[in-house]
Amino acid sequence: MTPMKSISPVLKKYTPPALAIALFLMAWSFGAKQIETSLGQVPGPAMVLDQARILWQEHVAERQKAREFYERQKDRRAAMLEVNPSATVAAVSYTGKPTYVDQILTSLKTVFMGFVIASLVALPIGIICGLSKTVMRALNPLIQVFKPVSPLAWLPIVTMVVSAVYVTNSAWLPKSFLISAITVSLCSLWATLINTAMGVASVNPDYINVARVLQLSPLKKTFKVLLPATLPLIFTGLRISLGVGWMVLIASEMLAQNPGLGKFIWDEFQNGSSQSLAKIMVAVFTIGLIGFVLDRIMVELQKRVSFERVHA
Amino acid sequence: MIIEKPIVSEIPGTAKTEQRAMALDVRKLTKIYPTPNGEYVVLRDLDLQVWKEEFVSIIGHSGCGKSTLLMMIAGLTSISGGEILLEDRRIEEPGPDRGIVFQSPSLFPWMTALENVMLGVNQVFPHATKAQRFEIAAYYLDKVGLGDALDRKASALSQGMQQRVGIARAFALKPKVLLLDEPFGMLDSLTRTELQDVLLEVWSKEKTTAIMITHDVDESIFLSDRVIMMTSGPAAIIGDELDIRIERPRLRKDVLERSSYYEYRRHLINFLEH
Repeated sequence: MTPMKSISPVLKKYTPPALAIALFLMAWSFGAKQIETSLGQVPGPAMVLDQARILWQEHVAERQKAREFYERQKDRRAAMLEVNPSATVAAVSYTGKPTYVDQILTSLKTVFMGFVIASLVALPIGIICGLSKTVMRALNPLIQVFKPVSPLAWLPIVTMVVSAVYVTNSAWLPKSFLISAITVSLCSLWATLINTAMGVASVNPDYINVARVLQLSPLKKTFKVLLPATLPLIFTGLRISLGVGWMVLIASEMLAQNPGLGKFIWDEFQNGSSQSLAKIMVAVFTIGLIGFVLDRIMVELQKRVSFERVHA
Repeated sequence: MIIEKPIVSEIPGTAKTEQRAMALDVRKLTKIYPTPNGEYVVLRDLDLQVWKEEFVSIIGHSGCGKSTLLMMIAGLTSISGGEILLEDRRIEEPGPDRGIVFQSPSLFPWMTALENVMLGVNQVFPHATKAQRFEIAAYYLDKVGLGDALDRKASALSQGMQQRVGIARAFALKPKVLLLDEPFGMLDSLTRTELQDVLLEVWSKEKTTAIMITHDVDESIFLSDRVIMMTSGPAAIIGDELDIRIERPRLRKDVLERSSYYEYRRHLINFLEH
């Protein structure tokens, strides 16, 4: 085999997407030049890349400042203790503005929290719906009505309820974080619920027969037969839920002012500097890439747990 | 010194019934399915007796209700009329005293071969030690030729191997009666022959009372002591039965050389064609 021939399948695989991306970048930079907004020209790829670099540099600089701050504090403390060993020196935490990376981390934390809440609610209800046709019939109208509701509609209600119920405003669990997380779970739990219910209800009847012949207890039947048999579908549901949650998160962060990517976009939009559009576009790509990575992680998990091949 | 075997029965005339204790007694069994166009009678007043240690095949056209009959014995399908007694006890629900080999192997694909068999063994022998239970499961898996594949995932096994696990799982329950629902129907003919041999070998050691549904005439003769022929539905009953007087152990090659084999064959085919 010549080297050329061994390369060709690789070329075949990567050439079309590479070409498509190149075309997209060209069309973008050409199109961007044609439109003049009140915030200046629509940024092209080069400007966006530039802003991404600046955001990263700001992050690095901010971290450096924080390190220096703590360093200074330590020195001061040591000096004070030297003069008076019994002095109590209060530790002050650094209060710089959150960097772009901080905002990404907040968003990830929020979506994870929302996803966990959604799963904790959806999985048990889904299993019960799958086991009992009556429960399924009872809950079906509610599920069908609430499923298509937009996060924007939920947010005011969640905000009011959380504000009424959750009074302590601790630094560990800020209200805005909780509001965003709950909104995320309200929108994302449906996919998991429906998939779990469908999965449990459609378990191969032969499996059920085997469980009946062996006279497995209800608990053993659920954990040894029903859940393992449903796991592939449950994971499909979880995967969709996480995707929906990530999408919903941005909108709810914008409105709840949770310091994440959504707020970053909103702030830049309000800010209206000549770099704002480019920064927002950086955020768009970040959101897309993180969403893609989250989806891949779910696919990998799905492959781990399921006995069937996963088509993704 | 020769120790004589104790005589089973001292009362003359009862020796035969003593030897042929009844395992399963199906009395006036009826199955009716309600349909939008009225009732559909699958079986009506079907009677069938199976003796202990007997291997019985039930043969009939597809849709005649033979699988329904087996599933009712298994307790997986409800009874519309009549009753089924297993060793004088009425069957109400499914249980491990009736081991089933399904047409599709019905293994749990997320478990290994061993785990699939162990699941049943754990249920039937809850007081045995873990080592003893492992021994039972491993013994039967070895008997069906899977001694080297204990830890393979069921989903990674071929259809034939999966059905071997299915056979091991049913025998490992030490059931009173073994129910086989067209166990080899989904296999290619080479694998089918192989598995018939495996089944026959394990069965001749265990002598578990067995009822097998099949539509394969040769299979029914080769494996059974008696072949039950069911009439075509609706309202199917037992049309005819045939004792297979070929002594065991049976070897396929020898069986095929007998002239009686071809007489049995003719008899069965004749029934099925009319």
